[in-house]
Amino acid sequence: MYKKILAAPFYFWIVCGTVIPLVMIMYYGFTDRTGRLTMNNVLAIFQPVHAQALGLALLLAFISTLICFLLAFPLAMILKGSSWGRKGFIVFIFVLPMWMNFLLRTMAWQVILEKGGIFNTMLQTMHLPSLNIINTPAAIVLGMVYDFLPFMVLPIYNTLMKIEPSVIEAAYDLGATKGKVLKDILLPLSVPGIASGITMVFVPSLTTFVISNILGGGKIYLIGNIIEQEFTTSANWNLGSGLSLVMMVFIVISMGAMSRLDKSGEGNFI
Amino acid sequence: MKTVKSIYMIIIMLFLYLPIITLMVFSFNESKSMFKWTGLSLKWYKEMFTDDQMLSAIWNTFSIATSASVIATIIGTLACVGIVSMSRRGQTIVMGFNNIPLLNADIVTGISLMLSFIAFGFYLNWGTVLMAHITFCIPYVILSVMPKLKQMGASNYEAALDLGASPFYAFRKVVIPDIKSGIISGFLLAFTMSVDDFVVTHFTRGAGINTISTLIYSQVKVGIRPTLFALSTVIFVVVLIVLTITNFAAGREDEEEEFFYEVAQG
Repeated sequence: MYKKILAAPFYFWIVCGTVIPLVMIMYYGFTDRTGRLTMNNVLAIFQPVHAQALGLALLLAFISTLICFLLAFPLAMILKGSSWGRKGFIVFIFVLPMWMNFLLRTMAWQVILEKGGIFNTMLQTMHLPSLNIINTPAAIVLGMVYDFLPFMVLPIYNTLMKIEPSVIEAAYDLGATKGKVLKDILLPLSVPGIASGITMVFVPSLTTFVISNILGGGKIYLIGNIIEQEFTTSANWNLGSGLSLVMMVFIVISMGAMSRLDKSGEGNFI
Repeated sequence: MKTVKSIYMIIIMLFLYLPIITLMVFSFNESKSMFKWTGLSLKWYKEMFTDDQMLSAIWNTFSIATSASVIATIIGTLACVGIVSMSRRGQTIVMGFNNIPLLNADIVTGISLMLSFIAFGFYLNWGTVLMAHITFCIPYVILSVMPKLKQMGASNYEAALDLGASPFYAFRKVVIPDIKSGIISGFLLAFTMSVDDFVVTHFTRGAGINTISTLIYSQVKVGIRPTLFALSTVIFVVVLIVLTITNFAAGREDEEEEFFYEVAQG
């Protein structure tokens, strides 16, 4: 019985660090500056500027999640069949970049993609047309894919490694083609990893304000940028909270879909 | 087919490491501009140790990360002991709450904490950043320690009690050694997340205090001083060396593998 008391500091922290803050954000979201109840902050999402920012954020998050999946699945397949060494080494390769500050890594793409930057100089020497994507939504998608790709690769790789080799061998013995093995065995069995990867890329992409700020040249607004500005420069916390509540609806939907596909929590790393 | 696979791997690796290499190269650039190369110089590495703003950012980053991860490790480990003795249903509920800061967007965690600090009359400073970091560090510790504790079961601990050990002695001598690897990886994971955090710090830090991340962000618009590249290069190389040594030389493969695995969760 006394054992349960050991968790008391943790409960205290959950209440103070998670429950109360979420209640606070709801309180601010549903009241105005004078403390009166209002729906205006939440309904403000229908103002063109806000609706556009949310729409663009959803679109870019969707595109970057799709690209991450298309890059990560073949990659995880290659890693599964490769002699690249132990699991630890592969994880090491994908985690290592995270130790370089995330803001600086994103910033570096500015240097690489700039008109006179490394990438375009390379294209020029090969007599190819230059690529001007810096300060466009394309650059933001590139930043999202770059920053969050490891979160897609690792859970998929993890679930692929758990598939018994004998299952795949059995399928081949029974005459399945490579395509059929992929479609009927590898893909369905890696669904928990894919689901977990999708959430782990989609949620941070949808809510980012840093990547769009750095690679969008400060002129492209995602919903994250609008919320951040309401809390810093505009200082309208009520509006910022209201918009956050709308954004959280999409986070909750995405997490709910994931937990349906990954019931046993297999796609988790830990 | 084999060449296609290798080329694909090389392209992805290039994609992942090109920005890092770029930053490292530019930390040796003599010019302040990120866009032209004027010559080799070590001046940014020297400046790193004389710039007061930089030194205080380094101090804040690592003092917060150390305190937050130590406190989170203690709270989290104790919590795990309490949680495993609960009913299954209770465990599911508590773990659900535990997952909220983990899965929620950073920006929501940041602003919701900021609103609460201000509502309860806290002045935003080093302390509020620390409390915010503890909040998002605890879930990582719990997720690392919990499986170890479940794996171990209750019988060893009960045997120690039957043989006359006091509960505290049994905990220290029987339980802790068994879950040590989980505690260590939880601690390292929490530390990493704290050092790397920008968004939560951005909202809870108040005006006077900077960490490395917020210092970088404040310079994005005006042009980042290459001193910060130098600093990040140093941190990166130190981490690379430490990880390489522990991972490939020490031979404690299982634990390290788990650690890398869990770090990836973030």
